Amino acid sequence: MSEPYSSPSSDVMIQFDRVVKKFGDHVVLRELDFSVKPGEFVTLIGPSGSGKTTILRLLMTLETADDGTIQVGGEYLSHMERGGKLVPADERHLRNQRKRIGMVFQQFNLFPNMKVLQNVTEAPVRALGLSKAEAEQRARELLEMVGLSDKIDAHPMQLSGGQQQRVAIARALAMRPQVLLLDEVTSALDPELVAGVLAVLKEIARTTDITFLCVTHEMQFAQDVSDRVMMFDQGQVIEDAPPEQLFTQPAHERTRSFLHAVIDRAV
Amino acid sequence: MSSGLMSYVWEGLGNTLLLTVFGALLGLVFAFIAGLGRSSERTWVRGIAMVYTEIFRGFPSLVLLFALIFIVPTFGYQLNPLFAGILALALNIGAYAAEVVRGAVKAVPPGQIEAAIALNFTPWQRLRKVVLPQAVVAMIPPFTNNLIELLKATSLVSLVYISDLTFSAQLIRASTGETALVFFGLLVGYGVIALFFTAIMKLLERMAARSLGRTVPSGLFGRKEVAA
Repeated sequence: MSEPYSSPSSDVMIQFDRVVKKFGDHVVLRELDFSVKPGEFVTLIGPSGSGKTTILRLLMTLETADDGTIQVGGEYLSHMERGGKLVPADERHLRNQRKRIGMVFQQFNLFPNMKVLQNVTEAPVRALGLSKAEAEQRARELLEMVGLSDKIDAHPMQLSGGQQQRVAIARALAMRPQVLLLDEVTSALDPELVAGVLAVLKEIARTTDITFLCVTHEMQFAQDVSDRVMMFDQGQVIEDAPPEQLFTQPAHERTRSFLHAVIDRAV
Repeated sequence: MSSGLMSYVWEGLGNTLLLTVFGALLGLVFAFIAGLGRSSERTWVRGIAMVYTEIFRGFPSLVLLFALIFIVPTFGYQLNPLFAGILALALNIGAYAAEVVRGAVKAVPPGQIEAAIALNFTPWQRLRKVVLPQAVVAMIPPFTNNLIELLKATSLVSLVYISDLTFSAQLIRASTGETALVFFGLLVGYGVIALFFTAIMKLLERMAARSLGRTVPSGLFGRKEVAA
């Protein structure tokens, strides 16, 4: 495997380098730079529509950046080298990159045509080439961890939102990702179901060395679980600090007013 | 009715069912190729699929049938008349059903495809394992309409002397002179066949819905009761 030429040091898992993303005339990311270390839990906060989700979607290769580069684990995500130049990646390269990245969506997106167990086993069998028995073994363990052993034969439609989201977490973990992207995973849930999902995520963050990049409006959760919180606004990271500092003594006025609005609303 | 006339009825019924079933199966093939083609990322694939649907939706089945039976032989190919009938009907109904396929595929929520990408499915696996199983459920009710349209269109083949139900009815009418009775019987006959196909499609719809963990309630207003 060839080394990418601006190879970052091995203690960087995610590296955004002057990433630009536009939707029409609307610039969502303005030469965004940031990095995440392996095993770190980083939370992105900021106003709605500021582009936090776009960052996750770029990492999951659901969108393509207009400029700049993204590297994951020292390899270019949606570019590849050809003749010493960076060119847009082909499907094969993208599939190799996606192996290391998992995502949990706001709307769960379980496959309604598969029962719970198959939702968790299908991708490891198809994309990782696991045997059915291996995949089922792993799926049962994961479903037990998220507290849904008794729902293995249920259809997703028969589950509550919180249960569906826990299946979606198990499904993402079944692919053994190095990086897990959490896109407002509790925003579509009834309030009383949020705690169960967050508890599962905390447990995973504590017991695995997965690198997390999380977009959430659950400030208490962000404070409890994050190693670092980034305040994101107007296409840029405007503040980047450990949670105890960012939530108690935000340095930036914009962070202060945002937290004020979010936390006042919560009280 | 004499057994001689009854044998016309059976032959006609057999050919009508044959035309409907094989027309539907072949039409389904055309519909999936064209419907998925119109959802393709490649412009030329979309173009070919669009030309097919637009042309064959616009052609009257009868004219197409005449073309296959009377014009194709002038180029040196003699199609089996029954096959020509099946082909003409399938090309026509396939063009309609292609739009059903396209619409149903488009209606699968984008989040489903994104989840499949995130789980590293290949484009083919996304289609095969995620998109189609969900889209097919939505296709069945409009396919039922297409199937009934096809059944009714099969009566056109009587004009090129294929002995379908309508052709047999004409023969019986000619030999008995019972015009009113024969045509009334013919209408009832098509109605009963249509009910039979509708029942089968309803069964398929239930099976498909069950695969998504849904149930289709019976009765006209069943859905409303469930929603309430």
